[in-house]
Amino acid sequence: MPKPILTIKNLTKIYGQNVIFQNLNLTVNEGDTVVIIGPSGTGKSTLLRCINLLTRPNEGQIWLDDLEITAKGTDEDQVRQHIGMVFQNFLLFNHLTALGNVKLGLTKVKKMSEEEATKKAMHELSRVGLADRANHYPGQLSGGQQQRVGIARALAMDPRVMLFDEPTSALDPELIGEVLEVMRKLALDGMTMVVVTHEMGFAREVADRIVFMEKGHIVEEGSPDEMFNHPKFDRTREFLWKITELYGKKEKEAE
Amino acid sequence: MDFSQFLSYIASGTVYTVGVTLIALPAGLLIGTILALLYVYGGKVAARVMNLYSTVFRGIPPLVLLFILFFAVTRGVNLSAFWAGSLSLGMVSSAYQMEIVRGALLSVSGDQLMAARAVGLSRLQAIRYVVLPQAVRLAIPPWSNEAAIVIKDSSLVYALGVPEILRRAQLIGASSQRYLLAYLSAAIIYFLLVYATTRLLNHLEQKLSIPSNP
Ligand SMILES: Nc1ncnc2c1ncn2[C@@H]1O[C@H](COP(=O)(O)OP(=O)(O)O)[C@@H](O)[C@H]1O
Ligand SMILES: [Mg+2]
Repeated sequence: MPKPILTIKNLTKIYGQNVIFQNLNLTVNEGDTVVIIGPSGTGKSTLLRCINLLTRPNEGQIWLDDLEITAKGTDEDQVRQHIGMVFQNFLLFNHLTALGNVKLGLTKVKKMSEEEATKKAMHELSRVGLADRANHYPGQLSGGQQQRVGIARALAMDPRVMLFDEPTSALDPELIGEVLEVMRKLALDGMTMVVVTHEMGFAREVADRIVFMEKGHIVEEGSPDEMFNHPKFDRTREFLWKITELYGKKEKEAE
Repeated sequence: MDFSQFLSYIASGTVYTVGVTLIALPAGLLIGTILALLYVYGGKVAARVMNLYSTVFRGIPPLVLLFILFFAVTRGVNLSAFWAGSLSLGMVSSAYQMEIVRGALLSVSGDQLMAARAVGLSRLQAIRYVVLPQAVRLAIPPWSNEAAIVIKDSSLVYALGVPEILRRAQLIGASSQRYLLAYLSAAIIYFLLVYATTRLLNHLEQKLSIPSNP
């Protein structure tokens, strides 16, 4: 019996007059990798930010395990440390080394001792293959390395679920692979992940479910096989065809 | 009176010039930083008040403000001209320093703050550990500029009778009738102070710069 980690019910987000999405429902089960795809401006980033309480939905509820995190009086900081977030532009803390980036949450949020935090942070950096870059500043790392530090920083908090917002779309083609490799390994290790990406190779191979979002609606969701081989809607087929074409070319160029 | 006596008389005012600067600049930094934090993170009302503060203080000649603050302050408490003048200059400078710190905060804030909160840091922690350390580095060059201005503006307390460099230059110029030489001497001393300060802060900026590959 799959156990839901993330349950989203009737979520609505409005910016000013602009309804980003309305009555959106989504469930993410423990250990699953859910890939969200859809044209830009559809509200994918906004959805992730709602889940992480970085922005407040106007209506609807979100549960993390059995806790309704959208309830009044929720300790947001407490919730956020259980939800890891990886950003499109990495957003590493520029004044801290790779190690410092991973340690900050451990010492300040989890209140670990310096020594304990260093040990844990080094462990996380090795998980993403960057133990030897621990003392490098973000400005001294390649984009791919920065993003892996970003992943290590989120992992260090031992989150229940990891959110990825187009983690490879700011990367040069030749650096995408190393980041996807780390994510693939994470999925295999049983991490629960919600990934917004247009890397169809990754989606096909790693996703348990693919969700196609358009104009604030979930058009269709299903297993990679269902989505790629017999989608119910023409829109899904068209979109998948378009991005496979587009990104497939980029991948070829990179080789 | 020979030239060395002449120069040393003027130069002895340096103690006051440096003293005024060392009070006004940190006082302005402290007030300016607090106000900038309120401006950026304190909500709409605070932002309005701070904006007004900044606009008013920067819209009036420093000397006029100096007189107003001096007479306002000394009416309430018994302060020496030196202290009243220094603190008044600090107030004037705080408006400029607030703008410097605010600019730095704004250019770091946003994404960096969001990333810090995503890790689980509270707003206060995020500002303290992520935004401020980066903002400080960004603020050094414009702050160096403001430091130079405060050193130069410290000559204004001469109007309150504080025997700093300019005041002494005027006195000895009058008594010796060698005005040009007196003011030239004052100019040289001011220049050296500003130059040394700017170099020092330049050095600090280099030292604090975050390593990166070109
Ligand atoms: N902070 C904000 N204020 C106002 N509008 C926003 C804000 N963030 C996003 N939007 C709008 O919400 C819509 C969806 O944006 P986003 O969630 O970034 O889409 P996606 O990630 O799918 O490209 C866009 O039209 C965008 O302009
Ligand atoms: Mg987006």
